[in-house]
Amino acid sequence: MHLGLDESRECQYNQICTHHNSSSMEIPHAKKRRVKRKWQVFPGRNKFYCDGRIMMAKQSGVFYLTMVLILVTSGLFFTFDCPFLASNLSPAIPAIGGILFLFVMVMLLRASFSDPGVLPRATPDEAADVERQIDAANGVSGASSRPPPRTREVLINGQTVKLKYCFTCKIFRPPRASHCSLCDNCVDRFDHHCPWVGNCVGKRNYRFFYLFILSLSFLTIFIFAFVITHVILSCVVMETLPCSPFLYWHTVLEVVVCFFSIWSIVGLSGFHTYLISSNLTTNEDIKGSWSSKRSKDNFNPYTYGSILTNCCAALCSPLPPSLIDRRGLVEPDAPQPAAQSNGTNACPTTQLQTHMCHQDQCIQSTKFVLQAATTPLLHAQPVLLSGGAVLQVKPSVVMPCSLHPSLPSSTTSLGCGGELLALHDPESLCHHHQLSHEAFASPEEMTSPAMVLPCTAHLAQLYEQASQDSLHEDSVRGLVKLSSV
Amino acid sequence: MATELQNLQDLRHNASLATKVFIQRDYSDGTVCRFHTKLPAELNSRIERTLFEDTVKTLNNYYAEAEKISGQSYLEGCLACVSAYIIFLCMETRYEKVLKKISMYIQEQNENIYAPRGLLITDPIERGMRVIEISVFEDRSSTGSSSSGSSASGSSAR
Repeated sequence: MHLGLDESRECQYNQICTHHNSSSMEIPHAKKRRVKRKWQVFPGRNKFYCDGRIMMAKQSGVFYLTMVLILVTSGLFFTFDCPFLASNLSPAIPAIGGILFLFVMVMLLRASFSDPGVLPRATPDEAADVERQIDAANGVSGASSRPPPRTREVLINGQTVKLKYCFTCKIFRPPRASHCSLCDNCVDRFDHHCPWVGNCVGKRNYRFFYLFILSLSFLTIFIFAFVITHVILSCVVMETLPCSPFLYWHTVLEVVVCFFSIWSIVGLSGFHTYLISSNLTTNEDIKGSWSSKRSKDNFNPYTYGSILTNCCAALCSPLPPSLIDRRGLVEPDAPQPAAQSNGTNACPTTQLQTHMCHQDQCIQSTKFVLQAATTPLLHAQPVLLSGGAVLQVKPSVVMPCSLHPSLPSSTTSLGCGGELLALHDPESLCHHHQLSHEAFASPEEMTSPAMVLPCTAHLAQLYEQASQDSLHEDSVRGLVKLSSV
Repeated sequence: MATELQNLQDLRHNASLATKVFIQRDYSDGTVCRFHTKLPAELNSRIERTLFEDTVKTLNNYYAEAEKISGQSYLEGCLACVSAYIIFLCMETRYEKVLKKISMYIQEQNENIYAPRGLLITDPIERGMRVIEISVFEDRSSTGSSSSGSSASGSSAR
């Protein structure tokens, strides 16, 4: 496809050839020289495996933790409890458990390894065209003073929606799309960046993510229920075990893991069921984009009206194709966004890195501000703040974390800074939160529990600083939302 | 030697490619893929309004078909869900089928309508479904009709 088009550009106006000319002279030559696929020059911060078939976020440590937790818990259940349950209760138990387990794993892998709906960056031509349009819209007067914000307004089903310009991707973000600061990509119908899944959750993998947490909540309830059944049966009825189950480490481990994960996972799937039924994304819900509290005639323009249609649209609508042709070949002289990205990547200055560093710090600061602000409101216990910070280190008890404060798992929800990180536009945040936080620069550095103390110590101060600071619109809205709960 | 040739071709291609026109997405009906059907001013002299509108409308209809939520798509979705989406490893999704149709259609339109006028449509899927990119080539000579005839015949022969 690409090859054909590119060749045709070489033709004169008169002989524009629109054929796929595979037997061309240059193409095999180029192939021989260097076969490079597009994922190798992909501008976002992603990892690719299996020659581009698998795509994940760069930081995937928590994803492996998720895998280990599920595998270990299920493994213990199938080795130690299932033989007993199969022989004493019913052989259907291991069968159902096995099916559930397989489903959970397949969904997790689909959600983690697939493209979440990344929007490719603009080609230089398209970017230039957008620039021209912006200049035309702003007129000449904007040159002297600060340029006006780059937004474009569109009317969707009678609701005015602002499209923001993305300076990284050089596009006006389509409605519902947002830029993930961790992956450095614009993602269509961006929901959130889930470190547990090790990927963004967006248009293309939301259904996998939802089915993953739904089936996982069934699996944890299933395992929990049958481990308890096993203990009761063997202990009380048959008296085969020594009656203190604490002698069996695997039972204790399973029960503890299941008990703590049930709350967060069931809460999270409940929250996402609500989101699906009203056709919202986590991003929109947190920002309160369509909340009627903002203004009276604010409504969600994307909803189909009925709950059933919304659910079906989210889960059964045709699976959209990946827009980044990861396994396509890079043409040596094609005007591609990849070429543009090469420019920035090849640029040896540290500017880019410092910029990222700033972003990280900014996002971190917002996270702490949010935590600092919400915790007193919800719990009036400063101790929980440290819990929030530690949770990234020792998340052994909670699975994909929830962001919704109204859930039973509100304590854990505060802890999942990882998910919060991605929810805000890095560009806009950076202008406002230049707080000094060298103490906790990046999530990876917070691996020692000792870091917790400085965090708590700084928090009060931070909170004050932040409240003096002109907070970013969205985080204010987030605070308002959280405090209104 | 080969690189020299390449450079020459680059020059020629740069000289002949005048501008690119971008047709933006129309979001008035939601996030369904739709493009504006209004003929941009740059193409006024190149192509008739109705021809252009027909093309874009047909494309819009194709995308609507691909994204439509109907009984068939429910069935496909539920079947895929039950099989843990493994079925898609051996089956094309409906969207992919329509995308193939779209690329065939664009190819055909390019050959019959746009190429003879010095225009070339790029499949929106290659531009992230954000825009229809139309390359406008420089108007070189008045012999367009004869060679366009040859290109058309070439396409029919193929």
